[in-house]
Amino acid sequence: MNEADNRLMHWQSTKRLMIITLSLWAFFSFVVHWFADALNAFSFLGFPLGFYMAAQGSEVAFVIIIFWFARAQHKIDLQYGFAEEE
Amino acid sequence: MFKGDFISNLPKIYGTYTGGFLLFVILMAILEQMGVGADTIGILFVAFTVFIYAAIGFLSRTMEVGAYYVAGRQVPTVFNGMATAADWMSGASFVAMAGGIYFGGHGYLAFVVGWTGGYILVASLMAPYLRKFGCYTVPDFIGTRYGGKLSRFCAVVILVVASFTYVTAQINATGTIASRALQIPFEVGVWFGLLGILLCSMLGGMRAVTWTQVAQYIVLIIAYLVPVFWMSNKQGFGLIPQLVYGDAVARITELEQLHGLGTLEAVSGAAGGLRALTVPYAEAGQGVLASWKFVTLVLCMMAGTASLPHILMRYFTTPSVKAARQSVAWSLFFIFLLYCTAPALATFVKLQILDPNLATSLIGKSITEVNSLEWVQKWSNVGFLQVIDANGDGILQLNEFFMRGDIVVLATPEIAGLPYVISGLVAAGGMAAAMSTADGLLLAIANALSHDLYYKIIDPNAETKKRLLVARALLLIIGAAGAFVASLKLTSILGAVAWAFDFACSGLLFPIVLGIWWKRANRQGAIAGMIGGFVAGTWYLYMVRFAGMDPWIGIDHLRFGIIGMPVSLVCMVVVSLMTPEPDAEIQAMVDDTRVPVGKTVIETQTAK
Repeated sequence: MNEADNRLMHWQSTKRLMIITLSLWAFFSFVVHWFADALNAFSFLGFPLGFYMAAQGSEVAFVIIIFWFARAQHKIDLQYGFAEEE
Repeated sequence: MFKGDFISNLPKIYGTYTGGFLLFVILMAILEQMGVGADTIGILFVAFTVFIYAAIGFLSRTMEVGAYYVAGRQVPTVFNGMATAADWMSGASFVAMAGGIYFGGHGYLAFVVGWTGGYILVASLMAPYLRKFGCYTVPDFIGTRYGGKLSRFCAVVILVVASFTYVTAQINATGTIASRALQIPFEVGVWFGLLGILLCSMLGGMRAVTWTQVAQYIVLIIAYLVPVFWMSNKQGFGLIPQLVYGDAVARITELEQLHGLGTLEAVSGAAGGLRALTVPYAEAGQGVLASWKFVTLVLCMMAGTASLPHILMRYFTTPSVKAARQSVAWSLFFIFLLYCTAPALATFVKLQILDPNLATSLIGKSITEVNSLEWVQKWSNVGFLQVIDANGDGILQLNEFFMRGDIVVLATPEIAGLPYVISGLVAAGGMAAAMSTADGLLLAIANALSHDLYYKIIDPNAETKKRLLVARALLLIIGAAGAFVASLKLTSILGAVAWAFDFACSGLLFPIVLGIWWKRANRQGAIAGMIGGFVAGTWYLYMVRFAGMDPWIGIDHLRFGIIGMPVSLVCMVVVSLMTPEPDAEIQAMVDDTRVPVGKTVIETQTAK
């Protein structure tokens, strides 16, 4: 595989990861809160669910997504030989 | 004690610092027991912490360009995360957020969601690539990627407008806290706050700001969490407040009905800035418009997060691209610690005021009893709280109790009956939050003006010494201008803060993102995107806020980024496609930005 192909594949994997990450992000940023009123009918840890997602649930999800993303992107960089030397 | 170089000793140094700070808190507690007055303790807290920050700023002084602009690019991941968290969490986050939730309930939580999730955009779209690019400032990226002085200049203008709206609010907050803790007039407090801010940043630029921000994060997070944990345990709510307030939220909904929320008539006559509870706490707005308003606010705050230069430039300081990415994750973690606590704090304070089963409750008690409480008297005297017996029945109703949102954080220690030393700690934390954000913002503005406007546009042959001198002079001038505007008290803190996010995302989001992710983006497109988005957003803000236009489908002045961003995107794409694609050299530069390995793009450029 030549250098140009390698770069292309690396960038495609990077783009794919970005799209997955931003889809998760959009779900917890917008979709969940769009239906907050309906979710409030359910209860979680004693909270109305819609309120919980805005006060804590989405934030927890963001923290998990962002650490997962950092690991996944580093793996992609390693796979194509573009990671920095430590 | 500290062998080896500074960087490898950081955990030890900040460990010692944290221990020292806790010792100081204990010392203050002992002094309080010995009968030293509350005022003296407040003064000691603020003066001592500000002195420490200034000392760190002085020790980090430098005359090297790399150290001044990007802290020598050697700030380790976790420490940069802490510094960014302090940079990020402003006086508004620290003092006003819990109060906003207290009054606004679910609707206000859009800010909490918006001010955390934006970091995913920073991590996935921006920070690692900008680090690989190797720029000193955000306009430096725009100017190098697109070429030409005009593109750089547009970015500088947007940066200055967005950051300046934000920084006046921060200087205002330092002034408020300093004036209250040190018992000096607000106008003097503003200048005292500015002095502290400049001592942290003038001599050492980014290097000094980085190490003071880490110190400030430690103070602010201790100051936020300790009172909440203490209150929660003392009042018997539970060991870990963030996990156990679900039942309290449900109970508040019951109490709102009991106290007749929404059925009581509004009482007039309260002083400006004071509010009574009118919005149901947990209930989400019904219908499409309510959902739309929530998610548009979330989107503006997130996009703004990813466009605000004082945040993006923090990731220029890490040793590698991988470290930049991880550092964004740590930033979000450290921010999360405070943001997941704010709703818990708001909930418990609300419960303590509303629930007649608790000793602390106010609503439903006799007015004389409420007025005899020490904390009610104290905060009434400074105009933060007001009780108006509108129907003359001698009993306090929900619509007769007015307060400022800031009280939720500032008065928690007193409402819960904690020792005064905790109030002093909270004041020090608020000061740390406001100072650290002001520092980052002032530096972002001064760096853009000195590096991009002065060095890159006006005098490319300026010597290092002269460049750094100009940078410092600008810091002083902009700080003074900020303090002057702050002393005029033009807007409420929150209005101005949200505007900064909208300005930033209207003008800068797409030129930065597409500069990395769309090779076809060219100079003409970027300039059109910056001007189009910024002008459209500003026009809309002016029309809605000042010219009396009715907002379109609920897009009020807090959300004008919703108008600016699409205009920016369309202008940028259309104009880019109508003009020739960037030359091969620029395209190679973009390719190079996309892989972590190798020298920075700017280094490769200058080597040519």
